[in-house]
Amino acid sequence: MTTTVATSVKKPLVRSEAMQTVLAFAALIVLIIIFSLTSANFLTFNNVVGILLATAVNGVLALGITFVIITGGIDLSVGTVMTFSAVMTGVFITNMGLPVPVGILGGLAAGGLAGFVNGVVIAKLKIPPFIATLGMLNVAKGLSLVISGLKPIYFNDTPVFNSIAMGSVLGSAIPGFDIPNAVLILFITAIIASLILSMTVLGRYTFALGSNEEATRLSGVNVDRWKIAVYTLAGVFTGVAGVLLASRINSAQPALGQGYELDAIAAAVIGGTSLSGGEGTILGTIIGAFIISVLTNGLRILSVPQEWQTVVTGGIIVAAVYLDIVRRRRK
Amino acid sequence: MQDVLVLMEGIDKSFPGVHALDQCRLELRAGEVLALLGENGAGKSTLMKALAGVHSIDAGQIFYKGKEVTISSPKAAQDLGICMIHQELNLMPHLTVAQNIFIGREPRRAFKFLLDEKAINEQAQQLLDTIHLKIDPRARVADLSVAKQQMVEIAKALSFNSEVLIMDEPTAALTDAEIAELFRIIRQLRDKGVGIIHISHRLEEIKQISDRITVMRDSRYVDTVLTTDVTIDQIINMMVGRTIYESAPEIPENADREIVLEVRNLNRGQAIKTVHFTLKRTAMLGVAGLMGAGRTEVARAIFGADPIDTGEIYIMGKKTTINDPGDAVQHSIGYLSEDRKRYGLALGMDVETNVVLATFKKFQGAFGWVNRVLTRKIAAHYVDALQVKTPSLQQKVKNLSGGNQQKVVIGKWLTRDCDILIFDEPTRGIDIGAKSEIYRLLNDLAQHGKSIIMISSELPEILRMSHRIVVMCEGRITGELSAAEATQERIMAFATQREAAV
Repeated sequence: MTTTVATSVKKPLVRSEAMQTVLAFAALIVLIIIFSLTSANFLTFNNVVGILLATAVNGVLALGITFVIITGGIDLSVGTVMTFSAVMTGVFITNMGLPVPVGILGGLAAGGLAGFVNGVVIAKLKIPPFIATLGMLNVAKGLSLVISGLKPIYFNDTPVFNSIAMGSVLGSAIPGFDIPNAVLILFITAIIASLILSMTVLGRYTFALGSNEEATRLSGVNVDRWKIAVYTLAGVFTGVAGVLLASRINSAQPALGQGYELDAIAAAVIGGTSLSGGEGTILGTIIGAFIISVLTNGLRILSVPQEWQTVVTGGIIVAAVYLDIVRRRRK
Repeated sequence: MQDVLVLMEGIDKSFPGVHALDQCRLELRAGEVLALLGENGAGKSTLMKALAGVHSIDAGQIFYKGKEVTISSPKAAQDLGICMIHQELNLMPHLTVAQNIFIGREPRRAFKFLLDEKAINEQAQQLLDTIHLKIDPRARVADLSVAKQQMVEIAKALSFNSEVLIMDEPTAALTDAEIAELFRIIRQLRDKGVGIIHISHRLEEIKQISDRITVMRDSRYVDTVLTTDVTIDQIINMMVGRTIYESAPEIPENADREIVLEVRNLNRGQAIKTVHFTLKRTAMLGVAGLMGAGRTEVARAIFGADPIDTGEIYIMGKKTTINDPGDAVQHSIGYLSEDRKRYGLALGMDVETNVVLATFKKFQGAFGWVNRVLTRKIAAHYVDALQVKTPSLQQKVKNLSGGNQQKVVIGKWLTRDCDILIFDEPTRGIDIGAKSEIYRLLNDLAQHGKSIIMISSELPEILRMSHRIVVMCEGRITGELSAAEATQERIMAFATQREAAV
């Protein structure tokens, strides 16, 4: 007779990192169920499109910030850099009369440049990300106001620009399915971000930096260079958000933008990106962004005053971070 | 004779205030395990970090395979084939085993644009197979035991085709079975011609695994011997040597003094195992042991800084529960951390503020107004009494020397008028002159009715100061000696008495 020894490796059913994403998704579903039960207007086609549209800008913004937070850093400048990109797009297209595609690329480049500067200041001058990007927040805000002369720049001469976000490729392909392009762009950029994070060297080093920067350096990785690359990438995503916002409201509003960074950080954190670095997923961030906009939308439909909406969002952010800390402590 | 792989000669290295390496030498041959031994602070790690390119050297020559080399960075060392596994593991816990091994050298596909995850895992698997390690390359490093993580570091070192492997206390956190596995791998590498430098404090283990032993003491090279030629006692003798201050304690212990603190059956995880000791009034209890023996953990447990699993603490014969440092201070216990810069001082603030920091409430008037006249008076008193050398009370503490910083910390606890003071490595990083002043201070305190626990890794210090000495190893108290019985050799024997050897 033979005895077989079964070797079993104990593995948790869901990895703790994925756990946060699952929890966030469950929370999103619960919110949707609650709001659709309490208000008949919530699950209408128009309202759902409204939610999707509201998520587009914040979602794209949160993608870049997810990379930065996974490295263990932070980017407070994404709100005003987004405005800076929008203003530059306006300058290129309306003021200088450049073709729309060129203007858009210029807007993305403006965002990328701001991110690059963030990266250099953080990696080379060794200034803490919090301070460096706080500086950039003000620099970008000031530049937007100076360049635009404090006035909004409109895209009235180029109607095609507005259709980038508000047109509907899906609607023309499937009649009645009029979902604005902005939503499509959100999902496409999210997929690109997800691929970069999971399949490329840049993504790998993003995690490595946040997990143990010194060990990464001792492994012979040029830590400074990759850090700059991550902040630059975040800047480009911020540029995409800027172009989307400008296209959606058909103008570049130089005074808009500040405050968006907090919603973007909140989306990433609610979605399970750890503020201490090394952990995070794009899917989680997207879910986080939707939680914020569903919450805002739902509370508005229930006629909760705007002030109280802010209070609730604030509470949710603190709760999400607390959950993350509790989870970490158990390890 | 085997080829000489590495030869280091006349190596000199100074850090601000410390002469860390003084004319050190080391010779490593291909296909041998060389044990590098010495007390804590003897300079072993510093010498190895110089070889691994972490520290630059001030003077001396390094020859690698007969050619003189300059090793300016960890990368340069890796390129030569020299790899060091540091005491603190250098892995990215969030990444998988394979991702860790190939960090910085990832195989790619699609025009080098994407990571070739399949190739990474396959190559890692092959590498793990060559050293017969059963670890899943896809497992996250954070989910592995410390021993497995150590093996991953070794695998990573091998992936650089290393010919020199330096291991700084690799067995410190391992169980016996894990050590056996590690030794199997070390022997396998040795047989392939890799030169291995093994730093450890566990002497029986050194006897088992090493071919030759190099001993360092007080930043200097002592000797290199064949392992088979020496006994453990002889090794200990070489390590401790003869030292200048082996004088008797300056105040005699009085046997019938009352017991102020008694710790019974203290347990906390693997760090503290059934620790029991007593402390008498006006006595100085020395706690000896190697780094990581659990001494600081015991101090922190008594002080309420860490929770305990089981155990009882009696103060003045009364059972006392201490849940946090606040409780400890209420019961007149003070703890002076081994890391005074992190836990003991507000470095950016002045001397006066630091001295009164722990007792601010005493100086508060209405509306939280601080009575500066009183704080100045108190601070001046302690600066005077402790002979702190500072230009003024307004001097920032970070500008003082290590010895004077330590005096400020002591002054701070004196303002609280604690009866029991726990000093954790009170003279670490302090020069010899300041050391003797700190010793004088501790003796003064004991004479004036304080009871003192002094944790120290420096044996001469323990011998000079203590009335009684407890020795710890791996969380247990392995021996207790009176001042008359204690010698460096006896303490070392207890300090290296691992559980398996008992």
